[in-house]
Amino acid sequence: MKYPQILLQNRKPDRIATLEEYRQSGGYQALADILEKYSYKDVQEEILESRLLGRGGAAFPAGTKLMSVADDASFPRYIVCNADEMEPGTFKDRVLIHADPHMIIEGIIIAGYAVTAEKGIIFIRPEYESGAKILEREIDIARQSGYLGKNILDSDYALDIVVHRSAGRYICGEVTAQLSALMGKRPNPKQPPPYPTERGVWGMPTVLSNVETFACIPHIINNGPDWFKSLAKTETGAGTKIFCVSGKVKRPGFYELPIGTRLSEIIEEHAGGMRAGSEFKACLPGGASTQFLPKELYDIEMDFDPLREAGSRLGTGAIMVFDHKTCLVAATLNLIEFFARESCGWCTPCREGLPYIRDILWRIENGEGEEEFMPMLERMSKHLWSAYCAFAPGAISPLQGLLAHFKDEVLEHISQRKCPFK
Amino acid sequence: MLPKELRESLKDHIANIDHPRELAVDVMFTLQDHYGYLSDEAVKEAAELLEMTPLEVDEIATFYTFVYREPVGKYVIHVCDSVICWMDGYESIKDCLCTKLAINVGETTADGLFTLLPVCCIGYCDMSPAMLINRKVYGHLNPEKIDSILEKLKAEA
Repeated sequence: MKYPQILLQNRKPDRIATLEEYRQSGGYQALADILEKYSYKDVQEEILESRLLGRGGAAFPAGTKLMSVADDASFPRYIVCNADEMEPGTFKDRVLIHADPHMIIEGIIIAGYAVTAEKGIIFIRPEYESGAKILEREIDIARQSGYLGKNILDSDYALDIVVHRSAGRYICGEVTAQLSALMGKRPNPKQPPPYPTERGVWGMPTVLSNVETFACIPHIINNGPDWFKSLAKTETGAGTKIFCVSGKVKRPGFYELPIGTRLSEIIEEHAGGMRAGSEFKACLPGGASTQFLPKELYDIEMDFDPLREAGSRLGTGAIMVFDHKTCLVAATLNLIEFFARESCGWCTPCREGLPYIRDILWRIENGEGEEEFMPMLERMSKHLWSAYCAFAPGAISPLQGLLAHFKDEVLEHISQRKCPFK
Repeated sequence: MLPKELRESLKDHIANIDHPRELAVDVMFTLQDHYGYLSDEAVKEAAELLEMTPLEVDEIATFYTFVYREPVGKYVIHVCDSVICWMDGYESIKDCLCTKLAINVGETTADGLFTLLPVCCIGYCDMSPAMLINRKVYGHLNPEKIDSILEKLKAEA
């Protein structure tokens, strides 16, 4: 099936869309309209009504977030675009920046207007240096065209955007850690309250959302909340989603599809099916911090609600596909290694728990497993939920999926005293 | 010591911003580019420029993957070892790099050209296995491709 391309409508195979090309597709019309006809509250209402949920992994309602900035909150207010995507399997922000940067810029300006922000920041990971350069150049172009700076399009609204380069750590994708990073502090997360929309960057109200979330906003303003909801295949869903598919499929890549498209369709039709000699065994549906989906859920609708009901999450929509020849104990060991390395080390459950779990999994994978390790893994997983931020519960998700759906595979490692895949 | 011109341009940049600390990473990157790595001297200079203590600078310098507090080669190879690249042959890519460069992971070649470091998912899972060299991406790696990349970089060095 072919579906309407919204976020990737101007994507070219070998270069970014220019400002002129973005304009020809209706770009910056939404900004002109809101500055002329909408109050900031109208914009908040439209976005809330559209049911746009945050695309960075946490699925927080974008409208609710904007509304949580109090009317009498202090100034200057900040709008922050999170382009730090480091969730393994995820590369949609990279694609969006290289496809149509002005769509993101316009989304930031409109969201900024909705909370009267005057300072915009795009926080970007060092691996995306080419993206950072593109954004800096296009922000300049937007400024010269009157879309940024003082008196945007001759209105009273003023906003400027800077690109903030990070030096690379997964935890910087977490909201409170990112705020610390922006202020040149060690990016350990902080536990709210205060929430960033009350006291964020330099103690000022700050709204932080993901690149893909911002990119949806101009289209919601142009076409209305009902149109946005109608894009989804599910009753409760809204919008399209850029699914990043990787692993044992024929065509790994990014596919903009309606929210709620079935996993089986994504893999078979869009990603070209499994590679020759590979059978679908499991996938992580939304990045490394989601639970494995087994073959029984191969037909699941890829939307926030159905995945939550299945005990997993849509996360970033990064579908990592594992085949029948891949050992999921070894895969989970790799994922836990990632999280153990990237843990900021601030709180004990995460700092101590992850290396401990890694050690147990390493032993199981290398033929030194004992049956008594199983309840230990269960217990340690629960302890990680008492960590300071969402990092540890995310880190433990693949392990919990492994124990829930592939317990026999783990037990086989223990009884055979070796990895059955080697 | 930093050349006067570089120091002045950083000072100008910092003077134009409300909170100098916001530029901590930019300043560390600039000094790292100049010295080849973020030396103790560079930490002190960054602290002075940013109105921070050297300890505060080191606190963030040691946190980040792409800030090097020890000497590195002219080319820093970050080879991705996260799950998709791992599934698609990270081990053999790493072994191939180690053999060709005659170093282990974490080491620098004797001629000072290459440093080899593992790195977490770099966001190029559609081109796995992948690596970054001085933050430029190389994907769909195999031994022949690695040969030609390394040869080209050696010739340019």
